[in-house]
Amino acid sequence: MPKHSTLSTPSRRGLLSAAALGGMGLLASRAHAETVDLHVPGGPSTRPLTATYPEKGRMIVQRTRPPWLETPFEVFDTGVFTPNDRHFVSWHWATFPTHVDTDRFTLKVRGLVERPQALSLQELIRDLPRFEIAAVSQCAGNSRLYAQPRVAGAQWANGSMSNALYTGVRLRDVLDRAGVKGGATHVRFGGLDEPLLPDAPKFVKALDIDHARDGEVMLAFAMNGAQLPMLNGFPLKLIVPGWSAVYWIKMLDDIAVMDHPDTSVWTTRSYRVPDTLNHTVEPGQTDYSLIPITRNLPRSFVTNLKPSDTIPVGVPQPVRGIAFGGDRGVAAVDLSLDGGRTWQPTILDKDEGTYGFRQWQSTISLAARGAHTVMTRCTNTDRLVQPIRRVWNPGGYMSNPVEALDLVAA
Amino acid sequence: MYRFIRTAALASLLASASSALAATPLELHPTPEVDLPVGDDVAFPNGSGSDVIASNCTACHSADHTLNQPALSREEWHTVVDKMINAYKAPITSEDARVIVDYLARIKGEP
Ligand code: HEC
Repeated sequence: MPKHSTLSTPSRRGLLSAAALGGMGLLASRAHAETVDLHVPGGPSTRPLTATYPEKGRMIVQRTRPPWLETPFEVFDTGVFTPNDRHFVSWHWATFPTHVDTDRFTLKVRGLVERPQALSLQELIRDLPRFEIAAVSQCAGNSRLYAQPRVAGAQWANGSMSNALYTGVRLRDVLDRAGVKGGATHVRFGGLDEPLLPDAPKFVKALDIDHARDGEVMLAFAMNGAQLPMLNGFPLKLIVPGWSAVYWIKMLDDIAVMDHPDTSVWTTRSYRVPDTLNHTVEPGQTDYSLIPITRNLPRSFVTNLKPSDTIPVGVPQPVRGIAFGGDRGVAAVDLSLDGGRTWQPTILDKDEGTYGFRQWQSTISLAARGAHTVMTRCTNTDRLVQPIRRVWNPGGYMSNPVEALDLVAA
Repeated sequence: MYRFIRTAALASLLASASSALAATPLELHPTPEVDLPVGDDVAFPNGSGSDVIASNCTACHSADHTLNQPALSREEWHTVVDKMINAYKAPITSEDARVIVDYLARIKGEP
């Protein structure tokens, strides 16, 4: 990537140890002074909290390099739009640029097109119709920490999700400018991040051509009214409303129109789930096939109460939270206080966009002293409901069971 | 070692968000220089095999990534290391892979 300065690429020999990357850990030790307990049995439960990453507020460090920074859950109680400095961060390869020259950055559109393009940021911003959409970006492995039995992968609690209002241009308009040729079936996306080791696979994802041209898939140069933070994909990010964040290619600079599906390991080997009900299998089970992760599923959370919180017995207690419908809007959020036998509706707040978070609220009253469990369940406008049974697969992907919050009435 | 991030801002981008064709000029202003930690302050605990895992498993991701994993069976650790080699092209010998699985099974404990 000669156009952009990148993290220094050490020699191949040096790559084999982190020591070769230098660093005396001063910065990191400062960052690691504060910790958060994620309350998970069987494995490391605490993580550092840090505000030392560029353009980021206090974030949970799931991994230092390349950064996996989780949004602390209390942020979700503050509103439906996640502030940019609290939007979660996830990279696959550490070699993404540390500086992008906005005058020289170009977005290439190539492959099966009439007029291959090299679009500048100015051209994207000035020449194409502007488009805005609110959408939840959620890692396919959000909540993997809570898989039982536990599984390998990023040990996210519930905070690898964020909602933002994205501003940019429709992918369809960009593709039309290039003129998609007949026979095109897929569009593949790549960013400025490159693998560290020479043979390792570049991170790419693809959409089928009809999805790419649906008028909602977009290229964002701003979120929540400001430029994208560097760690969230500055200067340009692919937004695939309703679909897993793995498709939301950061620092997007390459669009290839193809006549075949993507063959990279990121589709053929990683980010796959069992083709079973709720993508769920038993540990050890092998008689199922795997399909690529695509859309998000409905989810809902209580945000104003934490596990083990004590609330006064017999007194009306406001309960509030967020929900999202996945690739559809939120139709209803219901609460259960009796283990899922009966459900009571909640009041949905303002609809800020089909694919975004929706705030909801209700009031409960716990008549008996002792332990209680509040369950939340989202139904989307396609009548898809969060499952009450456990969701489990070996990759720890697409977890969306009914949430159960344990409270104490005293 | 510090790595500097210097980004340029697209200010006042959204002034005309509602108009169909955007004419808002692009304004650039650099954000302050910042550091990106490398993550070498967290190291694999010393013990038989710690040198082998440190030299094979920290090029692509810092050690905290592996240390934050739950306790897994030896078979599951094997699957992880095989995936690093086959899917992500980590240059790891089968002898080192065996040492690494032993090390992880020992320090992470039984699931
Ligand atoms: C060539 C680069 C590379 C090397 C070397 C490497 N890994 Fe990985 N590792 C990855 C990538 C890429 C992922 C996928 C997750 C991500 O985006 O970081 C991953 C993921 C993981 C995971 C999560 C499980 C999963 O399937 O995603 C574990 C655990 C892990 N690595 C451990 C190791 C261990 C142990 C070693 C040394 C034997 C190692 N890695 C060496 C690139 C590498």
